[in-house]
Amino acid sequence: MSDSVTIEVRRYRPEQESEPCWESFEVPFRREWMVLDALNYIKDHLDGTLSYRWSCRMGVCGSCGMLVNGEPLLTCATYLEGLMPGPIRVEPLNGFPVVRDLIGDLGDFLEKLERVKPWIVREEERDVSEGEYLQTPEQLAAYKSYAMCINCMLCYSACPIYELEPHFIGPAVIALAQRYNFDSRDEGVEERMDVISQQDGIWSCTFVGECSTVCPKNVDPAGAIQRYKVRATADFMKSMVMPWAKR
Amino acid sequence: MGQALNPDHTPYHPKWYRRRIPIFWWLSKRGYVKFITRELTSPFVVYAVLLLLVQVGALARGQPAYQRVEDWLGRGPVVAWHAFVLAALVFHSVTWLNLAPSALVLRLRGARVPDGVIRAAHFGAWAACSAMLGWLLLGRV
Repeated sequence: MSDSVTIEVRRYRPEQESEPCWESFEVPFRREWMVLDALNYIKDHLDGTLSYRWSCRMGVCGSCGMLVNGEPLLTCATYLEGLMPGPIRVEPLNGFPVVRDLIGDLGDFLEKLERVKPWIVREEERDVSEGEYLQTPEQLAAYKSYAMCINCMLCYSACPIYELEPHFIGPAVIALAQRYNFDSRDEGVEERMDVISQQDGIWSCTFVGECSTVCPKNVDPAGAIQRYKVRATADFMKSMVMPWAKR
Repeated sequence: MGQALNPDHTPYHPKWYRRRIPIFWWLSKRGYVKFITRELTSPFVVYAVLLLLVQVGALARGQPAYQRVEDWLGRGPVVAWHAFVLAALVFHSVTWLNLAPSALVLRLRGARVPDGVIRAAHFGAWAACSAMLGWLLLGRV
C-alpha cells in the first residue's frame, strides 16, 4: 500500500474566495490514522490556516462531523485505510452555511433545539431532602437510545428536507425531544408537542430515513419522528371523538 | 492584516457561504433515489384505488357496463400499462412496509418486539389479503 495519500479539502476563505474551491494535500499514510489525524497533519505541517472543529478524538463530542467522500461521517472514527488508495475528499457538512473551510454555522440548530426544552420539565420540583427521582431499568431503557445523541449534525447533513426547507426543525431536535418525553421523570410532553407537531416539525419530514442510516450512535431519529406522527395523529383523533377529554 | 483578494469581502462582516442545491440532488445517493422512487410511485396507489372504484361503479350499473370496463382492461396497451402499474405498486408497498418497524414500536412483557417480527406481520397481512382477494376473484371463475 502507498506510503502517502492525497487529501482534497474544500476550502473557503471569505477574504480570498467568493465561493469554495478544492485544495490538495499529500499526507503520509499510517494504518492507525483517522481522517482527523490527516487533517491535523495538514494543519501542523502543511497549512496552519486550515480551519475545522474537533475535540475528543473518540466519537463522543460530536465536533468533527464532515463529508468524507460525500458521506457524513465523524472524521475521528473514520480510518484512512478504509478509503485508500484515495484521493479522499473532505467537505463541510451539507445544510449549514459555511463560515470558513470545514466549519459550518450551527446557530440555526441551537435555536431550534432550545424550542423543545431539552431538559427535564417538572410541574412541581421535589425538595432535595426527598431524595432522587428513581427509575427502573425498563424506564431507563425507554429513552436511553435517544440519550446517545452527541449533536454531531450528521443527521442534518444527510437530511435533504432540512436543506430544502430551512424551517424544518430537523431530526436531532425531534429525537432529543423524544429523549425527554420518554423519561419517566419528565412532565413536559404537552409543551414539546405544541412545538413539534407544527408544520415545521414532524410533518415536514417525508421519511427519507438517511438520518438514521448515518447516525454514529444508532439513535434512529427517523423512528422518533414517525412515532411522534403516530402519537400526534392519535391525539387529533381523540380530540375529534372526545373533545371534552384532556389531551 | 493582508490585502483581501475577494473584492466583496469586508473585514468584521464575514460572509457565510450557502451552497445552491442541485436540482438532481436525489441522484447523489442510493438512499435518496430509493426515497424519490417511493414518492413517485405514490400516485399509482391513488390510480389503483380509482380504478377499483370505477370497476365497482360499473358493477353497480349492471352487466353491460361492467363488461365494457372488462373489455377495456383486456386491451393490449392497457394490460401493458397495468403491468407497469403493478410493478410500481409492488415497489411502493415493499419499501413502505419495510419502514413499518420505525413507526410501530410494540412492547411485550417489557421487551421491544423485534423489527423483523413487525415487518413479517405486515407482509403476512398483505399476503393474506391478496390471497383472499385472489380466491374471491379467481376461485369463482
